[in-house]
Amino acid sequence: MRRLTIFAPLFLALSGCSGNWGWYVVDPTTTSGMNNLKFLIGGAYYTILLSVTAITFSVIIGLLVALPGLSDKRGWRAFNRGYVEVVRAVPILVLILWVYYGLPTLTGITLSVFWAGVLALALSDSAFQAEIFRAGIQSIDKGQYEAAQSISLTYRDTMRYVILPQAIRRILPALGNQLVYMLKMSSLVSVIGMQELTRKANELVVGEYRPLEIYTILVLEYLVLILIVSAGVRWLERRMAQADA
Amino acid sequence: MTDGPIIEMRNVSKFFGPFQALKDVSIDVHLGERVVVCGPSGSGKSTLIRCINRLEAHESGDIVVDGVTLTNDPASLEKIRGAVGMVFQQFNLFPHLTVLENLTLGPRRVLGLSEDDAKARAMTYLDRVQIPDQAGKYPRQLSGGQQQRVAIARSLCMEPRILLFDEPTSALDPEMIAEVLDVMTELAATGMTMIVVTHEMGFARKVADKMVFMDKGEIVEVGAPDDVFTAPKSQRFGTFLNQILNH
Repeated sequence: MRRLTIFAPLFLALSGCSGNWGWYVVDPTTTSGMNNLKFLIGGAYYTILLSVTAITFSVIIGLLVALPGLSDKRGWRAFNRGYVEVVRAVPILVLILWVYYGLPTLTGITLSVFWAGVLALALSDSAFQAEIFRAGIQSIDKGQYEAAQSISLTYRDTMRYVILPQAIRRILPALGNQLVYMLKMSSLVSVIGMQELTRKANELVVGEYRPLEIYTILVLEYLVLILIVSAGVRWLERRMAQADA
Repeated sequence: MTDGPIIEMRNVSKFFGPFQALKDVSIDVHLGERVVVCGPSGSGKSTLIRCINRLEAHESGDIVVDGVTLTNDPASLEKIRGAVGMVFQQFNLFPHLTVLENLTLGPRRVLGLSEDDAKARAMTYLDRVQIPDQAGKYPRQLSGGQQQRVAIARSLCMEPRILLFDEPTSALDPEMIAEVLDVMTELAATGMTMIVVTHEMGFARKVADKMVFMDKGEIVEVGAPDDVFTAPKSQRFGTFLNQILNH
């Protein structure tokens, strides 16, 4: 219902100034308009695949970086701080360019556009994931570690069966936010030629000369994707709250 | 080894920063013995038992548990933690796991029991603490007294030789204290070696073989309950007993 109240005025506003709009480029009742729409929406597959793959890796890297941050050894904590500070300081776009154009010269391995995008997005996001995990794990009561120690659980089992399941529940909203962020940042991978939503829109603009309509559709595409993710996260949170009640 | 003490603490000291929590503490506990430790808050009684399974590391002195000297060596630590169970003031149950899962986690992951064997063992000990019907519930669905009994069962599932209790009834509403003390009394009757930090003097009188009174990080007085209750040797213990018994 709330969504309707957002969309309705938006569309009214857009249709109201029809003088400057040329909706024909994406008019689904015409063949060319329909083809253009299909072309635009065709990018969703890679936007989603890229974001989901990248966030999977960034969660894993983030966790691996967060754990040394909780160590009582100064060296491990320094590694965590160093990683977070350095990675967080690099703009995502710069990292994408560096991984795609720079890394092959350094290593001799050329990554495909997709995997270069995944690597850059995952690295960039992992610094934030590390901070989220660190805060989540630190919020778990010390008594939980002590209880685990008192039944002789190893560090690995303590994390796996006792601490992380509780921490992940607490950080779930933050992880949802990161996925939203990731969906948006994936648009930057268009600069190295990834055929995702933004790249498709750019290519169509070049052919059709209707940036206003095409980029408006692009905005709506991201909006729909992100509203779906938000709804999904809220549903998960509700389900976990019910399980806790 | 059967004759010697199962826990031996020799001149143990422990600091928290500049604060000395344990001052040169020495004590022996024999197999099957029930020791009750009491004393004013901040006297070091919790620290004393937390050093036995190395939830706190002592700075000097020796602690020998079941023939193994407590050091930072992971192998010796593993042996000792296997022999020593602990029940906490705040229960410290795993809130995301059911009662049954709380009980089977250790046996499965540490002792390598099969799921069926671990469940059978868990049900045995849930019976022992008289709440077998709560196996499928989550800790938050239970009363404090029930939670503490689950915590006792969780320790028992590891079949320890020694059980440490760190103020097990201090976080409970008064009407739930009895059910936990009853379980502990029954446990004492089975011959379990127990060290209990508590202010429940009725329980101490009934169950303890040995009373330990601590104050300011030192063991001030040790004796049989009947002796120390009727005629405390030190003035500090006398004052303490007066305060909690006439309260």
